[in-house]
Amino acid sequence: MSDQQSLFEKLGGEAAVNAAVDIFYRKVLSDDRISSFFEGVDMDKQAAKQKAFLTMAFGGPHNYSGLDMRLGHAHLVERGLNDSHVDAVIEDLAATLRELNVGEDLIAQVAAIAESTRNDVLGR
Amino acid sequence: MVTIRYAKDNFELGENQSVLDCLTGHGVPVPFSCRSGVCQTCLMRATGGTPPENSQQGLKDSLKLQNYFLPCVCHPTADLEVALPDDDDVQAVIPATVKSLKLLNPEIMHVVLECHAPIDYRAGQFINLFRDQSLGRSYSLASVPHEDDHLHLHVRRLPQGRVSGWIHEELRPGETVEIRGPGGDCFYIPGNAEQGLILIGTGSGLAPLYGILRDALSQDHTGPIHLFHGSRDLNGLYLTGELHDLVEQYPNFNYVPCLSGEDVPRGYASGRADDVAFQQIPDLKNWRMFLCGHPEMVKIAKKNAFMAGASMKDIYVDAFNVSQSV
Repeated sequence: MSDQQSLFEKLGGEAAVNAAVDIFYRKVLSDDRISSFFEGVDMDKQAAKQKAFLTMAFGGPHNYSGLDMRLGHAHLVERGLNDSHVDAVIEDLAATLRELNVGEDLIAQVAAIAESTRNDVLGR
Repeated sequence: MVTIRYAKDNFELGENQSVLDCLTGHGVPVPFSCRSGVCQTCLMRATGGTPPENSQQGLKDSLKLQNYFLPCVCHPTADLEVALPDDDDVQAVIPATVKSLKLLNPEIMHVVLECHAPIDYRAGQFINLFRDQSLGRSYSLASVPHEDDHLHLHVRRLPQGRVSGWIHEELRPGETVEIRGPGGDCFYIPGNAEQGLILIGTGSGLAPLYGILRDALSQDHTGPIHLFHGSRDLNGLYLTGELHDLVEQYPNFNYVPCLSGEDVPRGYASGRADDVAFQQIPDLKNWRMFLCGHPEMVKIAKKNAFMAGASMKDIYVDAFNVSQSV
């Protein structure tokens, strides 16, 4: 029966997002490869954005469109955002899930969803 | 029939329609993303009526208490008046009589105000005090509603401060001023009484903390409470006697006065208040943090507290931004 559960349900739904958001945000802020992109941002607003992103990556309900992703990251692309930074975010996301004892098969599914936004994030 | 009131418009809520769909359907620019109560992008505030409990799930407690809710999962059964978080609070002006003015240290004035109408606030929130209709400044509340009869403010005199200078030099007891408020979400929330609290403040950032501290103690908070109050030199500290008395009275309360200047006598910690706090308590997992005062200190301490393990939802801040139009 568990096969009929969605990825979001398998991960634990909203509670899983809440458990992951602090850990993920902390990893991103302490990741030298990408932390400079987060300097000077409002931490509460950023945490809300991280939450929306994690909800989407966990297969949860969302309304992200490719256009939102393009517009939201355009100013960062101008500052040099490239594939290596997207790689770093996806790595941090996987490390967050490992810390929460999520299985590798589910981590791969989450990473695939995050991966699907790459071209929009990088504006190409 | 349920009516949703936004700004000056009344909208009829359709059957099974969410407040978000109702508003966006009428062209109100509410931002949203998940539409299922998770991402909190669409956060709004009820300024009249009570939002259903399930529309507040997952929100920070201080937001719940101020009737913030998520319109995407809000299906009210009674009328609701709503506003976006950035809308100017349409709050009435309340006249208040100045009961007393007393210097707490050479640059901070203790201002006691008696409101002419009841004001529902929490210790640590702020009010706006007006010198005239167009000139007002925000001051945090050091008083506790169920402990103190009047409102208490700690007003630091700023160089060329048009309101603080007026309060220090011209305002007299017995005069009537106008205030508006309260606002802000930096305050103590009852519950989780065993959780440790760390209060860090610089200068008159002690005002909200003194309120929050006494609010927590009077509501039987049992967890450890550490207050780090910082200044450059001894002149900048104040209420030290009262705070030492509270230490005597409450075994779970600890007061650490911090001096960042050269001359540090016995009984004082040497260094900036936030640095001293993070040295003494390096692992902040499960602590509740209150950070008040100098905006740069608040910004740095907020990030450091988060990185040291404090959860974002447990960090409350009140940054004293100085108005550019002094």
